[in-house]
Amino acid sequence: MNASQSSRHRRVGDSPVIKWLLIGIAVAVALALLIVPLLVIFVEALGAGWGTLADNLTDQYTLHAIGLTLFVAALTVPLNLVFGTALAWLVTRFRFPGRKLLITLIDIPFAVSPVVAGLLYLLLYGRNGWVGSWLADYDMQLMFSWPGIVMVTVFVTCPFVARELIPLMQQQGSEEEEAGVVLGASGWRIFRTITLPNIKWALIYGVVLTNARAVGEFGAVSVVSGNIRGQTNTLPLHVELLYQDYNIVGAFASASLLAGIAVFTLAVKGFVEWRQTRSLNRLQTEETAQ
Amino acid sequence: MPSKLKGLLTGLALSASLFAQPALSADRELLNTSYDIARELFAAYNVHFSKYWEAKTGETLEVSQSHAGSSKQAQAIIQGLKADVATFNQVTDIDILHARGGLIPENWAERLPNNSSPYYSTMAFLVRKGNPKNIQNWDDLIKEDVALVMPNPKTSGNGRYTYLAALGYAQDRFGDDQTKIDSFLQDFLSHVKVFDSGGRGATTTFIEREIGDVLLTFESEVLNLADRYENGEYEVVTPKVSFLAEFPVTWIDEYVKQNKTEDLAKAYLEHLYSEDAQRLLAGFNYRVHNETVKQETSDRFPEVKLLPIDAIAGSWENATNEHFASGGKLDQLQRRR
Repeated sequence: MNASQSSRHRRVGDSPVIKWLLIGIAVAVALALLIVPLLVIFVEALGAGWGTLADNLTDQYTLHAIGLTLFVAALTVPLNLVFGTALAWLVTRFRFPGRKLLITLIDIPFAVSPVVAGLLYLLLYGRNGWVGSWLADYDMQLMFSWPGIVMVTVFVTCPFVARELIPLMQQQGSEEEEAGVVLGASGWRIFRTITLPNIKWALIYGVVLTNARAVGEFGAVSVVSGNIRGQTNTLPLHVELLYQDYNIVGAFASASLLAGIAVFTLAVKGFVEWRQTRSLNRLQTEETAQ
Repeated sequence: MPSKLKGLLTGLALSASLFAQPALSADRELLNTSYDIARELFAAYNVHFSKYWEAKTGETLEVSQSHAGSSKQAQAIIQGLKADVATFNQVTDIDILHARGGLIPENWAERLPNNSSPYYSTMAFLVRKGNPKNIQNWDDLIKEDVALVMPNPKTSGNGRYTYLAALGYAQDRFGDDQTKIDSFLQDFLSHVKVFDSGGRGATTTFIEREIGDVLLTFESEVLNLADRYENGEYEVVTPKVSFLAEFPVTWIDEYVKQNKTEDLAKAYLEHLYSEDAQRLLAGFNYRVHNETVKQETSDRFPEVKLLPIDAIAGSWENATNEHFASGGKLDQLQRRR
């Protein structure tokens, strides 16, 4: 059948020359744009040896930047985990006016440039902002300290979990949950024993993406951070600071940490996808066996 | 689950208190907001000042630093970054703290000596080994085959200074002859091969990409570069006439009151004028006012006729309106090329 098909209409991609040319171009582009730059980070970071790398990473301010970045991620991820799940649950399991609008609104943080997001928060919560001036009367300050950084990071990363869950939950439908309701289970029980197991891997995937973005966010954080070394300097800001100081090795050392997190994220992502397919396959085998 | 949750929350609260507060080992704290390339300078000065302050008062001190472009820093301070002192590289960025923020009085510049500018610099040239094009002064820059690299006056303070320095030279040489001044400036701009968006970008273009015969930027930057690359790979040329680039400092009245750091902030800035501190500043290739230090470093900083902004353009506001605004002199001269 294949032979007869190809003899009837030969397609452009069938010629081996074209095939290898396309593969070659794809590989070359991937190498030039993705792999070589990633390798350069590690090569530069190690350019002056492991000792210098260790010195750079254990610098007082670098350590603080690492700690602050992890701390911000540790607050952001749970917040968005709860928010994203609740939102996905809401828009896929209930019908109400404005549902479509809500689904569109979730994407605002993707559509808005992070710098603009940072500026919006600054203008709203800064000293002269609507909310900020009111808070200042009570001697409370959100911008230029860690709460501000957490706020913009939550904003920038909030679509990830919901975006992963919504298509999956739409596809799965609500039959199983409806069965649960008919059998008299409470809402919490339905969520824990039916919904959560179904969306587990997509949820983890969303968390991984949220975490990666929270750790790497530069634009929005740069606007609200105040760049105080040892207080509000996150790792990506620290990379820029070192670079501007001509401390290239130090900048690449910190950048290699971020790149390391990225590579780790990819590994987790690969593992999660593998588990997801495996559990799907098992499900299908069980169904056929029955 | 609840106990786990409690544990998690306690953990978060603990780490929050860790990162929300600076290390509270010191008796007093001070926050200095500064421009982006002054990190090493103030890292050294903070150690120096902390020692001085402890010897004088017995109080230990923790000085924190914030670094970014000075216009961005000014905006942050207006929006509520509670810095005690601002140490900038542009007078206009401190003026804005008064004009838009109302955080400091209008006469801030009169509160400390030398227009509240404890150190200053000027614009100088960096040329390649042996000075092959024999560049000595501004008029050498418009010789036939000379290519220049400088930051863009539209986007960078550094570039504006360079432009004003060239203007100052032309005024000094041609007096009131506006046609000759304009034609020199036009010639000068036409020799610029690359306008980078900022000072560091221009340096990279000249050194890494090896473009151009002359790099025009701050004397402090030029001297740093010449030091960094040994064997005379690059040479410093200081023109006979140039622009007085001030590095203004101020304490921020509104915030030092809130932070109860007025005495400390004033002392921090006043001490910049002491002989020891001036020597330290000169070590970072800035020109200083102290006579003793001036004599010690005279071989490094040759005599230059330095023109302040008032002499060249009247005021910063005039300079901006007349030269750098859209459709201003800079645009006209480049269009006529």
